[in-house]
Amino acid sequence: MVPVVEMTDIAIGFPGVKALDGVNFRLFPGEVHALMGENGAGKSTLIKALTGVYSIDSGTVTVLGEHKQFSTPAASQAAGISTVYQEVNLCPNLTVEENVLLGREPRRRGSIDWKGVRSRTREVLAELHLDQVDPGSLLSSHSIAVQQLIAIARSVEINAKVLILDEPTSSLDADEVNQLFRVIRDLRDRGVAILFVSHFLEQVYDISDRMTVLRNGKLVGEYMTRDLSRMGLISKMIGREMEALAELDQAPARTRARTDSGVTPFLETRGLGRKGSVSHVDLSVYPGEVVGLAGLLGAGRTEIARLIFGADKADEGSMAIKGASQRIRSPRTAIDLRIGFCSEDRKEEGLIGDLSVRDNLVLAMQASKGWARRIPRRVQDELVAEYIQALDVRPANPDALIRNLSGGNQQKVLLARWLVTHPELLILDEPTRGIDIGAKTQIQKLVSQLAADGMSILFISSELEEVLRVSDRIAVIKDRAMVADINNDDVSVEDVMTVIAGGAQ
Amino acid sequence: MKSLLKHRLAWPVIALAALLLLNQVFRPDFLSLRMQDGHLYGSLIDIMRNGAPTILIALGMTLVIATRGIDLSVGAVVAIAGAASCAYIAASPEPGSPVTAATAVLIAVIAGLALGIWNGFLVSTIGVQPIIATLVLMTAGRGIAQLITGGQIISVSNDPYKSIGAGYLLTLPISILITAAVFILAAVLTRRTALGTLIEAVGINPVASRLAGLRSRNIIWIVYVFSAVCAAIAGLMISSNVTAADANNAGLYIEMDAILAVVIGGTSLAGGRYTLVGTVVGAFIIQTLTTTVYTLGIPPEVTLVFKALVVITVCLLQAPKARNLLSSLKAAPKPAAKEKVAI
Ligand SMILES: Nc1ncnc2c1ncn2[C@@H]1O[C@H](COP(=O)(O)OP(=O)(O)OP(=O)(O)O)[C@@H](O)[C@H]1O
Ligand SMILES: [Mg+2]
Repeated sequence: MVPVVEMTDIAIGFPGVKALDGVNFRLFPGEVHALMGENGAGKSTLIKALTGVYSIDSGTVTVLGEHKQFSTPAASQAAGISTVYQEVNLCPNLTVEENVLLGREPRRRGSIDWKGVRSRTREVLAELHLDQVDPGSLLSSHSIAVQQLIAIARSVEINAKVLILDEPTSSLDADEVNQLFRVIRDLRDRGVAILFVSHFLEQVYDISDRMTVLRNGKLVGEYMTRDLSRMGLISKMIGREMEALAELDQAPARTRARTDSGVTPFLETRGLGRKGSVSHVDLSVYPGEVVGLAGLLGAGRTEIARLIFGADKADEGSMAIKGASQRIRSPRTAIDLRIGFCSEDRKEEGLIGDLSVRDNLVLAMQASKGWARRIPRRVQDELVAEYIQALDVRPANPDALIRNLSGGNQQKVLLARWLVTHPELLILDEPTRGIDIGAKTQIQKLVSQLAADGMSILFISSELEEVLRVSDRIAVIKDRAMVADINNDDVSVEDVMTVIAGGAQ
Repeated sequence: MKSLLKHRLAWPVIALAALLLLNQVFRPDFLSLRMQDGHLYGSLIDIMRNGAPTILIALGMTLVIATRGIDLSVGAVVAIAGAASCAYIAASPEPGSPVTAATAVLIAVIAGLALGIWNGFLVSTIGVQPIIATLVLMTAGRGIAQLITGGQIISVSNDPYKSIGAGYLLTLPISILITAAVFILAAVLTRRTALGTLIEAVGINPVASRLAGLRSRNIIWIVYVFSAVCAAIAGLMISSNVTAADANNAGLYIEMDAILAVVIGGTSLAGGRYTLVGTVVGAFIIQTLTTTVYTLGIPPEVTLVFKALVVITVCLLQAPKARNLLSSLKAAPKPAAKEKVAI
């Protein structure tokens, strides 16, 4: 069989970093090919080299037997290569249908045929089992997950020969992953070649036929998925043998909640809510406790976090911090009460892309000191060095622009932004999204460690296993309200799923 | 050499040097300076002195633009400041005394402060789009200035006041010294404190900045006040130079020159990272252009076209796409996204 895409001996360098060095990669029609590697291994860069976002320093790209060197993403798209990037890259201010068909709207006598647009969008959405999405609604009114699926809808619409998905599942819940995989298999059976990136090993083994492993910008090898064990894959990715694995399997030690009577919770909400958002949230988080928020996507977990942090204003119910009633009107008020919030939307709500890792890392701390009292450079350097090392941010260069870091490394810097402020309550919304398997365990351990030191943590994740692993207590959110509060003693994923699915508590 | 060319200031500086050289070719004494009566004279000094108001205003404009804003009202503020100070001097019992001059300066600066607070209020508290908010003062401001002057051109004769725009100190024109002082103040204020970084953060990603606890309202307020105060000082210089206040024509279109200076200097209108040095270079380019037009004897009809051509060239040279095109013509291709890294 001839590969649709063949990349040979690809090298790409950035100032100070060899992002890719002598990498070979082949993609066959009708297969799902997983690209594997740690954060910063070069996966996204390889994709961008193929799609014409970056031009390559050396090496060749062949598409359908022809030498190609795309100079723009549009050129690669015209050649049948469609990409959904790690960060959703659609237009939030346009409607769903405009996004799906942008630039290819059906026309009638020169002007856009809006009826045609609507029905075509409906068809595509239905193919992806997204019937509930209104084609005329604004893209920004949907959760990141749905936006991600809409980005995929756009690719389906193009009828691409190659579909590239860079971490499409990092913001999807189990059902949506299944939904997506159904579509992927469908497309594969139609002969589309699919390139898939994910840090979830289960998913990779579930969906892929073949994989290519990268490490530090170099090719480790190409394998058939069925021939490579999980252990084997991990050691190929991290370049070390078993000892690292033992560490991975070990669940971080959970601290026991100190919820005995007499202790005041750090945070307590009573009937907290906001019109059109969530309602009836009775949540308490004690010092030293990790409370997990579980629920399906769109259940209202992020909305609750935003209310507590003052990113949105609550208009019903009350909130007490350390027993004293508080009205939190803005993030600034929350920060002054020693609350931190690491948002799930890295690009829109986290990164200051054109500033350095250093500036991004100390931003929250600097903001609460005010502009006049600049954190001395020496102190900044110490803090930044400390956290770059603790979280293993790569490259370990404080002056690198944060937008040039790989997705997982950006996430680590944003986490560090809040850790340096030493909050008493840290709200983590999908803190391990896009983070590789090694770093993920590291962050889960860090969460337990912080709680052991007395910090209260509100932990939100689409991965139930992860929520169960780190939380002392689990609040179940359903249909924009809190429906259950479960102590995490020997609770299984199934138990929580039952509650979510509507079984009585 | 290659990395030097990639520096964000490279093209503005090259453009400025080329313009100066062009003048030198046509007028061999162009770059020479001479000392006369303890004052420094020469075309370079003239350029700096005539450009001083534009530089001042462009400095304020840079910080405003960095927050994703724009200040169209600077020309009107120039007129109001000049009108207020001249009207005060003309009406005072001792129109020639230094105290009167000092009070007039104070009045102009306070007027600038007040107008800046007004702009900042509209933008940061009410949430009006900057272009609309400052358009209000741009149009209403000239009317206010006319009310102050009673529709007349007010001429004053006060030597200390005249020296702001036309006087010399330590061999240099005072207006150059004032501009240099404001430049240093702005640079120190923004880079020695965290103000500069926070301004950039607000300009790059306002949502993320808010979630990181930034009080963007205060920061936006500061930049509009700074911009208006710069404009007020420029207004003092302009009216002092001609010892008169002209409500209709003082500072007319100066906002355009200031915005151009900022853009040519390499600060993006989309907000975010800014460079004060770049802005100064940009303002010099614009002022040198005006001089060049005279040196070359270009007929007045084509002056604006000539200016526009130079501006477009510099802006093009800064655009990543155009740079790529250039470098791919020259040597091995370098990608668009990678170019940005060097900035
Ligand atoms: N535009 C750029 N400028 C400078 N360095 C870059 C740029 N893009 C990527 N890099 C560097 O290249 C390396 C590879 O990054 P890449 O984004 O390909 O990683 P990745 O494998 O996709 O990681 P992740 O799993 O975290 O998404 C990293 O060290 C990154 O910092
Ligand atoms: Mg990536």
